[in-house]
Parts: sequence; C-alpha cells; structure tokens
Amino acid sequence: MNPNYLEFEQPIATLEAKIEELQLVGTDNDLNIAEEISKLREKSIKLTESIYSNLTPWQVVQVARHPQRPYTQDYIKRMFTDWDELHGDRHFGDDKAIVAGVGRLDGKPVMVIGEEKGRSVPDKVSRNFGMPKPEGYRKALRLMEMAERFKMPVLTLIDTPGAYPGIDSEERGISEAIAQNLAVMSRLKTPIICTVIGEGSSGGALAIGVGDHLNMLQYSTYFVISPEGCANIIWKTVDKAPLAAEAMGVTSENLEKLGIVDETIAEPLGGAHRDIDGMAAKLQERLIDQVDRLSAQPIEQLLENRYKRLMSFGNV
Amino acid sequence: MSWLDKIVPNVVRSSRSRGQSKVPEGLWKKCVKCSAVLYRPELERNLDVCPKCDHHMRIGARKRLDIFLDEDNREELATDVEPIDRLKFKDVKKYKDRLTSAQKSTGEKDALVAMRGELNGQPVVAVAFEFAFHGGSMGYAVGEKFTRAAQLALSEDIPLVCFSATGGARMQEALISLMQMAKTSAVIERLKQQGTPYISIMTDPVYGGVSASLALLGDINAAEPGARAGFAGPNIIEQTIRQKLPKGFQRSEFLLEHGAIDMIISRHDMREKVGGLLAKFTERPAA
Repeated sequence: MNPNYLEFEQPIATLEAKIEELQLVGTDNDLNIAEEISKLREKSIKLTESIYSNLTPWQVVQVARHPQRPYTQDYIKRMFTDWDELHGDRHFGDDKAIVAGVGRLDGKPVMVIGEEKGRSVPDKVSRNFGMPKPEGYRKALRLMEMAERFKMPVLTLIDTPGAYPGIDSEERGISEAIAQNLAVMSRLKTPIICTVIGEGSSGGALAIGVGDHLNMLQYSTYFVISPEGCANIIWKTVDKAPLAAEAMGVTSENLEKLGIVDETIAEPLGGAHRDIDGMAAKLQERLIDQVDRLSAQPIEQLLENRYKRLMSFGNV
Repeated sequence: MSWLDKIVPNVVRSSRSRGQSKVPEGLWKKCVKCSAVLYRPELERNLDVCPKCDHHMRIGARKRLDIFLDEDNREELATDVEPIDRLKFKDVKKYKDRLTSAQKSTGEKDALVAMRGELNGQPVVAVAFEFAFHGGSMGYAVGEKFTRAAQLALSEDIPLVCFSATGGARMQEALISLMQMAKTSAVIERLKQQGTPYISIMTDPVYGGVSASLALLGDINAAEPGARAGFAGPNIIEQTIRQKLPKGFQRSEFLLEHGAIDMIISRHDMREKVGGLLAKFTERPAA
C-alpha cells in the first residue's frame, strides 16, 4: 500500500506506480512507451475523477486529515506578503498550535490566525498536533482585538482535531478561553472571514470560527464531535465512524444546505495536496474578493448582519 | 425464593409479597455520596441536599426555578420553541424517537425551561437546564430558548440568571448544535455591552459546548458545592494523557482554586446570594 494515497485511492496508486515504472524503462526504448504512458495518465485522471465525484462523508474526513494536506503555514507562505508572525498571549505562553500574524493580502494589511498541525514529527509535537490550549485562544483574542484597533480584516484558517483535552488546559480555563472568543468575535468591529482548510473539530474550531463569512474547502470537514467520538458514544466502537460521519453530515455540501457554510471552494482534482500552489491561489483569490466586499460595508451594517446571521442558526 | 416461601400455599405467598411492597415506591432515597438512607419528604424540604453530607443532588429544571423565584408573577417564556430534527439523524434509533421518549419521560419539550419572574421582588429572567432530557444537551431548541430569554432581558434591561446542568452540545443536531454556542455567546455579549447583569450558576454537571459558551460568560460565574464542570470529560482526558486525574479534578472547589468561578453557592443560600449580587449590580447611583 502506498502511504501517499488513502485506502480508497489505492487503484490510483497502482496506476501511478505503473506510469512511473514505464517512465524508467522509457528512456532507452522506443516511442510506443510514451503513447502508453499518456494513455495511462488519462486513465489515472479519469479514475481519480470518478472516485472523487462520489466520496462518502467518511472519505472526505480522510482527505481532510491527509498527512500531505496543506496546513496553515503552507497557505500563509503562498497567500500573504510582508509576513510577520506574532507570538504569545501575554499571560502564560506562546501556543504553537495557533500561528498568527500580520501580512498583506493583495497589498492590504490583514490579521491572519490559523491552527497549525505541524509537518515533521518534532514540529507536530511542538505544535501539539494542532490542538490549542487556552493560551492559544487567548493569543488569537489578543490579536483579533489588535486588528480591530488597526482596522485590519481578520482571516482565520481552521484545522484542528480539537481544543486540547488535558489537565493543564482545564486548569487554565479552556472553556472560558473558547467562550470569550465566541463572545468577542460576535461584535469585533472589523470584517472576519473564516475558512475551514482541513479538520474543523467542535469548539476548538469554532473558537476562531465566528465571523461574517464562512468558507470550507471542498474536502474539508466540520463537526460538533469527531466521527470516532460520536461512534464511540452511540455504538461503543470507533469502527462505526463512517456511519457517524454519514449521520452528522460533516461535509461542506451538507453544511451549506443547513445555512451554516456560505461558500465551498473547489479543490484540485484528488484534493488540495495534489496541487498546493493551485489551491492557495484559488483561496487567495476568493479571500481578496470577500475582503473587498465586506470592507465596502459600513461597519454598523456589517455587525448587524453578523448578529442576525448568528441569531438565525438553526432556524428553518 | 427461600425454602419457607416454597412450602407455603400460593395464596399466602402472594399476600406476603404484597405485604412487602406496601412501603410506597420511592419513599426513601439513598444518598449517592454518603449512602445515608433519607426520608424523601424530608429530603425535599431540604431542597434535595443530603442533610448528612451536604451532597447537592440533581434536581429538575422546573423544581430549580420553583425554589429560586418568588412565588408570584411568574411567566414561562418561549414555550412554542420545539426541537427540530433537521438532519433526520439516525443511529441505532431515530433521533425523532429519542426526542419523543425524552418528552414523555420529562414532560418537557426540550432541555431548557425559561421564565420571567421576581427574586425578592426584583424582576429577573431565569433559565434552567433539564438534565433528564437528553443529558441536558444543547441543540437548536435549547439555544433558541436561551437566546429569546436573553433577548427579553436585553430589551427590558432585566438581569439574566442561568442554571446549567448539561453534557454539552447535542450530537444529533451536529453543527447546528455547535452554532448555538456562537448564538448564545453573541446575545450574552450584548447584555455585557449594555450593562445588564448575567449570572451563571453551574450545577452538576456542566461540560463541553455549554461550558465553552454560555456557562462561563457570566458577569458572575458560580457553582453549587461539588458540581463538576469542565470542557472535556474526565474519561476523555484520561484516555488522552494516560494518567489518573487528581482527586477533586473539575469540581467546584477546583474551579474556584483555579480562578474559573467567583464563588460556590449552597442551594440553601442561592436566593439570598444571587439576590444580593443583583441588587448591588442594578442599583444605580442617584443622578
């Protein structure tokens, strides 16, 4: 099994392996091989298209958690210029599960706050696998309030398995930290655009997820409890996670229907990790457009719309 | 069945067993903490607090509001709000059926009761979670009822008091439940900006999405003695960190020690304490 491909993608992996093999042979052989390779390439694309046109919610969750999926820092590098990372909550520490800073989007200053899972093993450990503690959310809050003072739009990138469930998290008031962010984001006097880029897990995601506009990348996922957690409670086994994912409707398609998600941003064929530059360019383009649109609104109007939208959640 | 029961004639046997069941069901209640067997009418007079060990037992939402508010001038709010099964959620059972059975067993439409009333003659809006309804979980109906109660408090500048008892967000309403956290927090923030007091009292237990929103956003956060409250449940934390949790972890006393709450309020003092706080918060200096 090729670890770069998910289980349901293995037929694609097999094809790609064949192509690679032929390429190696091809250098010192006749022209037929080139033709064969291009045929196989076409077949591989068709196969990927057909697999991806029909993903189950559980398969979407797997793509959203793909080990090669672009993370917050991959997007920051590609979407913003003049980037300065800012650190610390001023009370306890600097939580590396949340990366935040100021940069420019299309030349205009913006505040960016994103959850970061980390790429290499040491990086993952130092970032607690993207599970923020109270100091992470309080850093986010500090910087959002700063953005309000300097009239910068806030862009958040959501990608977390959840707020960290540990003794230290509880001791320092993880609940209060999340709650405070929800409260303040509901009235922050600057546009807030939130984008789920990977995994949006529960309160840990929502804590940087209240705003004027919510995007989801096509194969990202957003849930109130992880499918595994839900399956564990209902069926007493994580093996039923696919059923739980189905029942909860964890995809952007379902969440758009419920009026919670405003926009789904299409991903490259086979998921964002197959073309990170392309994905970042697409997201950047959408964010520029959204910032322009929201910035054009008088601030009182923006806040009233945001409040109305919050009050409408769940209404039929 | 004892050998004696086996040899006595049927008629006698059945009358014997009838005789045993003459003690009315539920006249006695065992305290889960100290195991004392308590006479129920006496326990109720003591507001369901064990007279032997002071354990605060769980009580229903209506009872909670009944012992908190003045007897006169009560009015229930948002009675038309009902749960909606937007996802047609189904696991081993249909969510719809789970709702129906919870409604039957509790007599409530969902897990929150909201009332407008008075506390020592001061107007107040009070809401209470019904833990017996689906673990007091917050879905659309709970979020909507809380929000409407808070909006009334906002528009009339009346203090809001919330008694929470909940396992968190309601899984069966998926992201709609999560969004109730944002919704309730937003309306609480408006109360705060306006200077209308909001007092949050946590009663055993308060976890998950409710803890990470409305329960910890009070001008005053308080808890009943021994109540457990936190973001993640103890099982989840133990599984994550693979070690035993310290004694008293996430209890009210722990919360007070770590600065999460202002005070612990015994059920017997609730009216007096909350009334006293609200009186101070609502008394405006003479112009």
